[in-house]
Amino acid sequence: MAISNVAIAEVAPASAPHVVLGRKTAKKKRVIGVGGWILRIGLTVLFLFPILFMFVSSLKPDQQIFGDLSSIAAFLPIGNISMDNYAAVFDRVPAARFLVNSIGISAITVAAGILVNSLAAFALSRMRVRGKTIILTLIIATLIVPFETLALPLVWWVNQLPSFELTEFGFMFTKGWIDTYQVQIIPFVANAFSIYLFHQYFESIPKELDEAARMDGAGWFRIYRQVVMPLSGPAIATVAILTFLPAWNSYLWPLMVVQTEELRPVMVGVQYFFQLNVSWGEVMAYSTLITLPVVALFIAFQRSFVNSIASSGVKG
Amino acid sequence: MRHAKKRLIVASLLATSLVATMAGCASGGASGSDGKNGELTIWTHNGGNTEELAAVQAIVDGYNKSQSETTVKLQAFPQASYNDSVIAAAASGKLPCIVDIDGPNVPNWAWAKYLTPLDLSVDLDENLPSTLGIWNGETYSVGYYDVALAMFARKSVLAEHGIRVATIDEPWTQEEFGDALKALKADGTWKNPLDIGTGDVGEWYPYAYSPLLQSFGGDLINRDDFQSADGVLNGPEALEWAEWMQSLATEGYIATKSGADSALDFQNNVTAIQYGGSWAAANNAAALGDDLAVMPSVDLGEGTKIGGGSWQWGVTTGCANPEAAMDYLSYSLSPENIAAVAVATATIPATDAAAALVPGFEEGGNLAIFREFSANSAVLRPETPAYPFIATEFTKATQDIINGGDPQDTLDAAVAAIDANIKSNGGYTQK
Repeated sequence: MAISNVAIAEVAPASAPHVVLGRKTAKKKRVIGVGGWILRIGLTVLFLFPILFMFVSSLKPDQQIFGDLSSIAAFLPIGNISMDNYAAVFDRVPAARFLVNSIGISAITVAAGILVNSLAAFALSRMRVRGKTIILTLIIATLIVPFETLALPLVWWVNQLPSFELTEFGFMFTKGWIDTYQVQIIPFVANAFSIYLFHQYFESIPKELDEAARMDGAGWFRIYRQVVMPLSGPAIATVAILTFLPAWNSYLWPLMVVQTEELRPVMVGVQYFFQLNVSWGEVMAYSTLITLPVVALFIAFQRSFVNSIASSGVKG
Repeated sequence: MRHAKKRLIVASLLATSLVATMAGCASGGASGSDGKNGELTIWTHNGGNTEELAAVQAIVDGYNKSQSETTVKLQAFPQASYNDSVIAAAASGKLPCIVDIDGPNVPNWAWAKYLTPLDLSVDLDENLPSTLGIWNGETYSVGYYDVALAMFARKSVLAEHGIRVATIDEPWTQEEFGDALKALKADGTWKNPLDIGTGDVGEWYPYAYSPLLQSFGGDLINRDDFQSADGVLNGPEALEWAEWMQSLATEGYIATKSGADSALDFQNNVTAIQYGGSWAAANNAAALGDDLAVMPSVDLGEGTKIGGGSWQWGVTTGCANPEAAMDYLSYSLSPENIAAVAVATATIPATDAAAALVPGFEEGGNLAIFREFSANSAVLRPETPAYPFIATEFTKATQDIINGGDPQDTLDAAVAAIDANIKSNGGYTQK
C-alpha cells in the first residue's frame, strides 16, 4: 500500500503536466468537434438545399416559384401547395414508360458491366498476359477521350451493325442498331474506369488465395467466381454506382440514336418541359421523380461505396 | 504458324472494317427508306407541347381517314434537342419523309440536301411571306403559323410615369424609349426595369436582337450576295446598335443575364417592361387582365423591325414516296387545319382565310395586332446556309457587347469569323 503511495507520489509530478496537456487536448478536441459539426451541418445544408428547392418548387405553381425566389419561402412548402404538377407531368410526358426504360437500361448495363469489366480486370491482374501493363495503360488512356468526340462516328458504326427483328414472316436480319434498346446498352458495357477500379481492388486480394485454390484443382474461372469476386463486394458496389449514374443520366446518346418515343430514357424527358413557355413546376416535379431512384440506390450501397473508395484510393 | 494465324486474324478484322466502311459510305447522306409500303413518317419538334402535338395529330388522323393509300405516323421529339436528332438521323440515313424545321435553318438543310423543293397542289401565295422557307428561288418548306415580337407593360405603370402606350402607327422612338427607361429606373421599384431576355442564349439572341440591329440600319450579312458581313455587321449603324445595347446594361436598364423566365418575372413585377414573343401574350393577359399593354418594338431609326420565320414543314430528299408526302402536306394546309393549330398554339395563322377562323385574329380582334406586326415589320433571318454559323457568332458578339466588350472590336471579330466560314465553305453555293 505504502509502495503504491510512493509510486503515486513519484508519478504525480511527472503526470501533472500530462493532465494539463490532456485537458488542453480535450478542450481542443471539443472545439474541433463543435467546429466539425458546424462544418458538417453547413455542408449538409449546402448540398441539401438545391434538392429541397426542387422538391418544394414541385408543389407550387410557376408564378409562385418565381415570386418566392428572393426569400426563404423558396425553400418552404407554403402558399398555394398541391400535387397538380405531378399530375401534369404524366399528361405531358410518358413518364412511367421512360422510368421503366431507364431502370431496364441501367440495370442491364450495370450487370453486364460488372461481369465484363471484372473479367477483364481479373485477366490483367491474375493471369500471365504478355504486355499486360501496356494493355492496362492503353485501356486507361481511353479515359482522356471525351465521349462527345466519339459520338457521331459511333452513330455511324452502330448503324452498320447487323441486327434482326421479329416480323410477320419470322426473324429477319436487318442492318443497324439505331432506335433499339441494345444501342443504349452495349456501347457502355465495357468501361475503362471500371476495369481500372476492379484491377486495383483485385491487386489488394492476396494471390496466395489463388494458389491455394489452384492446389485444390480450381481453374481460372472458378477462382474468379468463387474466390476473387466474393471478396470484392465494395468494388462491385462502386462499379455498380459509377456505371448506374451515367446510364441513368444518359442524354446525348439516346438523343442521337433513339427515334421512337417508347424507347426513350428519362433524361430525354426533361426536354419535354422546355417549350416557349416553360412549365417550371412540372420540370421540378419530373426532376424529383427521376432523382428518387438514384438516391435510393446510393442509400442502399452507401456503406460499400465508401469502403471501396477508402480501400482503393479512388475518388470517383 | 502462330504468327501466321495472328496475321490472318488481324487481316480479317481490317478487311471487315474496310467493307463496313465502304458499305457505310455508299449508304451515307440523308437517304432513308421511309415512305415504302404505304407508310410515311413525320417528325415534329412538339414532344411535350401537348396542345400543338394534339392539333397536328388531329390533322394526321384526318388525312389517314380521308384516303386509304398511305398511313401517316407522327413521331414527336422535344424541341430543345430536335435539331441534333435530325442531324444524327441524316448522318445515318434514317430521316423520315416529312420533318419540321425552324424557318432560319431551311437554307442550311436545303444546301445539305436534307430537303427537296416542295411541289404542292395548294397555292402558297396567300401565306405570310415569313411562313415560307425559300432558298435559291425554290420553296423548301411551309408553316402553319408565325410568331411576333412585342413589348409588354402595365398600362397603370406607364400612366404613373407619364409614358404613352406605343402603337403600330406611332411606336416609341429611341429617345422616347430612353426617357421611359430613365423614369422607370429613377422610380427605384425595379432594379432593371427592362427585360429583353439576355439569359436565354439560344436562337433568341438573333431572333430578338438582330431586328434591333436592323432598325438601326445594320444587318447580319450583306443580303445582295450573302458572301460577307463586312460593312453591315461592323459598319457605323451596327456600331451605333452595339453602343446602344451596351448602354442598356451600363445604365442598369437591363440585367446582363436576365432571370430564367422573363414572362414570369414581368408578371411578378420584377421588371416593368418585357421585350418578348407573342407566345407570352396569353399568360401575361391572364395574369394582368386589362392592365396589359401590348406594344410594337421600338423604332430605332429605320422603322420597327421584328424577327420572322417559325416552324415549317419540309419533305426530305431520301423519302421513298415524295408524292404521298406532298399530298399529305397539301391536305394539311387547309384553312381549317391551319386555324386549328393556331388556336392550339396561340400563334399567328399563316393565311387570311385561316385567320378569319381564329377568335381574336379576325379583323379588329384583340390578337390581330400580332398579325399586323408580322405582316408590316417582319424581317426574315438571312436566307443562307451560313445562317447557323452567323447566329452563333452574333450571339457571342452580343453577349460580349452587353458584358462590356469593345463594340467595334467585337463586331470586327464576328465579321472576320463569318467571312472566313463562308469562304471555307465555298460561299455555300449549291453542292
